[in-house]
Amino acid sequence: MTGSILGSPESWLDEHGAALYKYALMHTRDQHRAEEAVQETLLAALQARDRFSGGASARTWLIGILKHKIVDMFRHDAREVQLEDPEEEAYLDEDEIDAMFIPNGHWRVKTAEWGDPEDLLERGQFMEILQRCLDALPPRLARLFMLREVMEEDSEKICQELAITPTNLWTMLYRARLGLRQCLDRNWVGHAVHAAARG
Amino acid sequence: MLTCKDASRLISENLERRLGFWERMGLRMHLWICVNCRRFERQMNFMHAALRKLGKRAEVADDSTEFPPEARERIRKALAERCEHDHTH
Repeated sequence: MTGSILGSPESWLDEHGAALYKYALMHTRDQHRAEEAVQETLLAALQARDRFSGGASARTWLIGILKHKIVDMFRHDAREVQLEDPEEEAYLDEDEIDAMFIPNGHWRVKTAEWGDPEDLLERGQFMEILQRCLDALPPRLARLFMLREVMEEDSEKICQELAITPTNLWTMLYRARLGLRQCLDRNWVGHAVHAAARG
Repeated sequence: MLTCKDASRLISENLERRLGFWERMGLRMHLWICVNCRRFERQMNFMHAALRKLGKRAEVADDSTEFPPEARERIRKALAERCEHDHTH
């Protein structure tokens, strides 16, 4: 029975190829790497097809394999490329974060009320802006952040796989969150709140 | 007393690890008196939820993305080759 649910390798490409590609592209931000990840995923799926339990849908099963492949790629990159990139290091560094606060440690600019989360999440437009704000983060920081927040990878596992300390990870996630927040504040939420005030 | 800067960092780390007792107490006290950090915490939780949703949405996404036909073809070939290879061995 499971065989018929899983279908043939050819059908994986037809039925799930675009979704896998989209997912891979979102995380790798690179067409070639996305293609590579999808290919690796389908080849691995071919090899492991006997282990498909039929409990999950074929799509979920394939996405699970794809996640592993993407993490593998990141891990490989982390080893290949030197870790410190001056441009990335400069993004929201300690000085810039300090500048968000006045010397006594209070916020320099009042934080904004973002409105009803349920309502915002239902709007496709918000998700588009969220995606654009993610794209605006420096690549390596974005990748790490998405690994944690979008792929929901375990913190401990990320530290192990990318050979960084927990403190290091927390600092980077903090910087990414501040950056994303700033971008959302400027591009969406601020407008929504102002529009609501005018209306 | 925590500063807003300290508090913002703890709010972020609260999403990563279980804060220590004194950290939790300090943060709770700070949030009790600081409306800006309360809003910041809501923003962080909201972003957290939105990002998860983005991930889920990507998993169920259909053909809304352009999957380059050349890429599809190359993968199809690789799959076919592997299948053939498996049959002959």
